[in-house]
Amino acid sequence: MRDNPVLRVVTKIAIPLILLFALYVQFHGDYGPGGGFQAGVIFAAAFILYALVFGTRAARTVVPPAVLRTVTALGLILFAGVGTVSQLLGSQFLDYDALADNPLHGQHIGIFLVELGVGITVAAVMITLFLAFAGRQDEP
Amino acid sequence: MILNQLPALQVTLPLIAAPLCLLLRSGRAAWLLCVTVSTIALGIALLLLDEALEKGLIVYDFGGWAAPWGIEYRVDVVNAFVLMIVSGISTSVLLFARISAASEIDDDRQSLFYTAWLLCLTGLLGMAITGDAFNLFVFLEISSLSSYVLIAMGPDRRALTASYQYLIMGTIGATFILIAVGLLYLVTGTLNMADLAGRIPDLADNRTLRAAFAFLTVGMGLKLALFPLHLWLPNAYTYAPSAVTAFLAATATKVAVYALARFMFSVFGTAFAFDSMPLQLILVVLGTAAVLSGSTIAIFQHNVKRMLAYSSVAQIGYLMLGLSLATAAGLTATLVHLFNHALMKGGLFLAVGCMAYRLGTTRLADLAGIGFRMPWTTAAFVIGGLSLIGLPLTAGFISKWVLVQAVLENGWWPLVVVIVVGALLAVIYIWRIVETAYFRTVSEGRDDFVEAPLALLLPTWLLIGANIYFGIHTDLSLNVARLAADFLTGG
Amino acid sequence: MNALGLYNYWIVIFLMMTGFYVVIASGNLVKKIIGLNLFQASVFILYISAGKVSGGSAPILREGIESYSNPLPHVLILTAIVVGVATTALGLALVVRIREAYGTAEEDEIHRQDESL
Repeated sequence: MRDNPVLRVVTKIAIPLILLFALYVQFHGDYGPGGGFQAGVIFAAAFILYALVFGTRAARTVVPPAVLRTVTALGLILFAGVGTVSQLLGSQFLDYDALADNPLHGQHIGIFLVELGVGITVAAVMITLFLAFAGRQDEP
Repeated sequence: MILNQLPALQVTLPLIAAPLCLLLRSGRAAWLLCVTVSTIALGIALLLLDEALEKGLIVYDFGGWAAPWGIEYRVDVVNAFVLMIVSGISTSVLLFARISAASEIDDDRQSLFYTAWLLCLTGLLGMAITGDAFNLFVFLEISSLSSYVLIAMGPDRRALTASYQYLIMGTIGATFILIAVGLLYLVTGTLNMADLAGRIPDLADNRTLRAAFAFLTVGMGLKLALFPLHLWLPNAYTYAPSAVTAFLAATATKVAVYALARFMFSVFGTAFAFDSMPLQLILVVLGTAAVLSGSTIAIFQHNVKRMLAYSSVAQIGYLMLGLSLATAAGLTATLVHLFNHALMKGGLFLAVGCMAYRLGTTRLADLAGIGFRMPWTTAAFVIGGLSLIGLPLTAGFISKWVLVQAVLENGWWPLVVVIVVGALLAVIYIWRIVETAYFRTVSEGRDDFVEAPLALLLPTWLLIGANIYFGIHTDLSLNVARLAADFLTGG
Repeated sequence: MNALGLYNYWIVIFLMMTGFYVVIASGNLVKKIIGLNLFQASVFILYISAGKVSGGSAPILREGIESYSNPLPHVLILTAIVVGVATTALGLALVVRIREAYGTAEEDEIHRQDESL
């Protein structure tokens, strides 16, 4: 599909908008509907669109599988790390109150970091899944 | 301070180790991390068991949210006992896995293998420790999904179809459990097991509740391979990598049995499960059918792993017979057999793993004359087999003895006949292997193999030795099982 | 309450049985996964429809609203959907590997090949 100029141009315009919307859903999740799961999937959709139009080989140079694997792990570590930090601060696992002096502030930081971890992992896993299935033919 | 955090660490430690393991490139480092974490998990389980024996109940509220709203972990003697079995088996099998898995799995997949292992361990430990019905479903799926991956890594292409079959049946089972949890929530408005237990007695005639119980029993029956629902098990155990077979055979079905017992006795209560619902009849009939058919089919198998897999179906039958009695004695028999069967099947599958490592096959015909070439491996297998039959001075005898006593306490003597016939059938299938190993000569062109390396023999003998140890000293197994059974039926 | 008043349950049961039938009756491995998906989706609907409170608004705190729908089933089902996605992905990955190993995704053909070994 990379020979079709209409698709290429539209894709190039759409991808930044999709990424921006994903970030909005991610960070506005504290106040309105949204959150890590949805944002992660939308974020991944931008990369999947890129892979559909420009091919999986091009997508793989943008996000190499080794990077995806690392990012998947890091998201999960961020999530579990927040829980462990609250344990180290003498509270229960994932008790956000312990993360700051003020419980409200602590909850805010906790939710923000946990949702970020979820978003990162979901996005990386979604892209990995797509590339794993779509790229199967290219492999020897 | 760290003691208060133990219930959470039991699950979060392997959970955090899993992504770290994914980051490691070298299989050796991943293995080291996996063994370390599993050993620490065993230590935590032992500390928890000790604390539970002292205090009775340890409660941990996640995120600081109090019980009916938040997820709570409740550790009592029962699940601390199960936690000990799971983490103990995982640690001893992992010691075996380094060489065994390296021979069966590509180098670049080693760290993925250990990541899946850690996730499976997380799921199984989580299922045992949680006090929340929905949380139990989530951990069940974590352990199931990772066990499909582990099975699919087997060297034969049939591992893929076995894993696929298990995935379909396992997902149907898990979805049944999800329906059950949903119906429970619709009727009672709570997901906390202790809270559910308090609300169910008022609703004994509720039809939705009965449907929930039926869905739960069938769903758990699929996961624990209760007879007619066991079809996924033989293939999955036969084609999985040796270490995975030993790990799953000794833990996965056991945790599902625990979860079923937990729902039957402490969430729904004996009165609901056995008086309002015809569970007793179903469990007796299916348990008997499992013992007889599983043992009989095992006799006709040509693959040792498959033979042991059918033997597992039979052993699950014994566990169900113990549950069906609905008494503290019957539950004691089930729990002590849970422990002893984990030791037997763990040891036996590791011994078969040693043979597979040297011979590259587990077909019975290829094991001819192995008794003289691999004396230690074969001796381990024979002792494990004797324990499976239930010979005195082995752990298997203790289970059978306690079960027979419990059955006689209820006056159900026909079941004693079933248990004895099951043991006699076990003599036949174990004898077939003994005969092949000691009374046949090594087949032509197959005389190039020697005894398995020490690194494989040591973990095998660790579990086989435990079979003898717990056949003589029953302090840990029988007494704790008795306390746990009293706790479940009384509290 | 008449039978149609509980229409959400009828939909759930219909979807569940359709999915279950496809899992059992279909010989194609991909179709089995689709059936499994349908089966799971019916349970998602069971949960979500149960969370609706008549006249209740979206569970976001606002002034002037007193009745909210129950958000807990949605949260639970979000988890179950993620599990469902993981199951589907793993199932399809297995089908891809099976097809590469056997050259087919039909159950009968795979059985035939295994028996001839």
